[in-house]
Amino acid sequence: MKYLQIDRVCKSFTGKGRVTEVLSDIRLTIGKGEFVSIIGHSGCGKSTLLNLIAGLTEVTTGGIKLEGHEVNAPGPDRAVVFQNHSLLPWLTVYDNVKLAVTKVFGSSKSKAERHDWIMQTLDLVQMTHAAGLRPGEISGGMRQRVGIARALAMEPKILLLDEPFGALDALTRAHLQDAVMDIHARLGNTMIMITHDVDEAVLLADRIVMMTNGPAATIGEVLPVAIPRPRDRIALASNPDYVRAREAVLRFLYERHRFVEAAE
Amino acid sequence: MSVTALKTTPGPAPKPAAQVMSLPVTAKRPQRLALVGRFAAERIAPPVVVLIVLLLIWQVSFSGGTSGLPAPTDVWDQSRDLIVDPFFVYGTQDIGLGWRVLTSLERVAYGFGLAAVVGVLVGAILGQSALMMRGFDPIFQVLRTVPPLAWLPISLAAFMDSRPSAIFVIFITAIWPIIINTAAGVRAIPQDYRNVAAVLRLNQIEFFWKIMVPSAAPYIFSGLRIGVGLSWLAIVAAEMLTGGVGIGFFIWDAWNSSRLTDIIVALVYIGVTGFVLDRLVGWIGRVVSRGTTE
Repeated sequence: MKYLQIDRVCKSFTGKGRVTEVLSDIRLTIGKGEFVSIIGHSGCGKSTLLNLIAGLTEVTTGGIKLEGHEVNAPGPDRAVVFQNHSLLPWLTVYDNVKLAVTKVFGSSKSKAERHDWIMQTLDLVQMTHAAGLRPGEISGGMRQRVGIARALAMEPKILLLDEPFGALDALTRAHLQDAVMDIHARLGNTMIMITHDVDEAVLLADRIVMMTNGPAATIGEVLPVAIPRPRDRIALASNPDYVRAREAVLRFLYERHRFVEAAE
Repeated sequence: MSVTALKTTPGPAPKPAAQVMSLPVTAKRPQRLALVGRFAAERIAPPVVVLIVLLLIWQVSFSGGTSGLPAPTDVWDQSRDLIVDPFFVYGTQDIGLGWRVLTSLERVAYGFGLAAVVGVLVGAILGQSALMMRGFDPIFQVLRTVPPLAWLPISLAAFMDSRPSAIFVIFITAIWPIIINTAAGVRAIPQDYRNVAAVLRLNQIEFFWKIMVPSAAPYIFSGLRIGVGLSWLAIVAAEMLTGGVGIGFFIWDAWNSSRLTDIIVALVYIGVTGFVLDRLVGWIGRVVSRGTTE
């Protein structure tokens, strides 16, 4: 079950002559195919934790292992869906995905196979119709879909989603959550999703990792969500397990670790 | 009311339909003509009117025997061959101004092309490395203020030939804005794109072509646009000193033989060519950086 291991990870930043500890003693083990949501108030270091797993930021102490190998640099085995889609605006939807596919499968797949694979991943997020458009010509929700397609196209061991739907309206967000659930069910990817939306966390995750407030934030509690899949958002609204899980997360966030804005 | 209208329409339906079909066609043509007319009135008429007024003022103030400069009519009388046919060839030194402009443009192409390649590469390196930037920037800021012609003696001493010297002067004049703008553009690449490149493990060359150049294209092209303008300024000045066939030398030669009207025609050629160069680079920049700036 030990697929991704985060072992006693601390992260501190040095700036303006002082050291700020952002994350302290993070310990978490994630199994293959598991969907983990990380939730916490803004500024608690959720994104930093994701960047550490992605290898975009280096750990200060401790270590992260994926399938027994130390993570110390970014790579396509840990694809990231960025908060603001991060598509390259001068490339079409197709070419954005192609950039990733050419880089990852340039030597292992033929040109025709790569084309098929690009169309297949675009189909997975229902974006084949927009393949020839540029990111500036499609809606925010569609851009985020393409961002997911680009990440999936790398066939990552772990898909890291950094508040991917934070900037979207509620309806679009619901559609994309369904799309992510569907992909998770079909491909069985291991996924880690940062969110600050309690409903999203409960709906999508097998386990919810709740972070305490920073500085020196750490994992406060891990809540398993034992709701069978496939999950349906309408049926869940009255599901006692769902309501209980939701309440537990809310209690954690608003009773025990209330966000104190005045505290720096 | 609508019910009665509906009832009456089925009867004479074909006739009005035919009329409706023909109406837009007849309506469109005058509309298009009106658009062209309006464009002419708004965009073309004002500069033409201003030009005519300026020529009239020039004509009035410089006609009469006492003035030292020729009036527009004198220019037309004495330099008509230069104005009418830019591409005549009467002898090795007696050629149309079009040929001379082309000769100068060829030098600009070499010097500016070299400056563009070297400038973008150096700018990319400086933009990527804060340390390099700190080291080189003050030196570049000093060097870029040196006037183009001040490089010429050094250049002549180094190359011992006028042609490479002129090209070098263009190169050294055009390169600074290209370097400085490219470096600024590279520093402005959003962290998001860098993260994407990191996750994909793009190497330096892939990063340069796939992320850096498109992302920094608007900056690079504003540098190139300034650079091409400076190149054109520099070549005219440099040719005055180095001689040869170019448009700059033509002016100097005309001055030495007191052909003032020829100089005025040459000035128009230089101005128009500079304008075209500027617009050309601007246009290429818009085409290349399409999508980057939205």
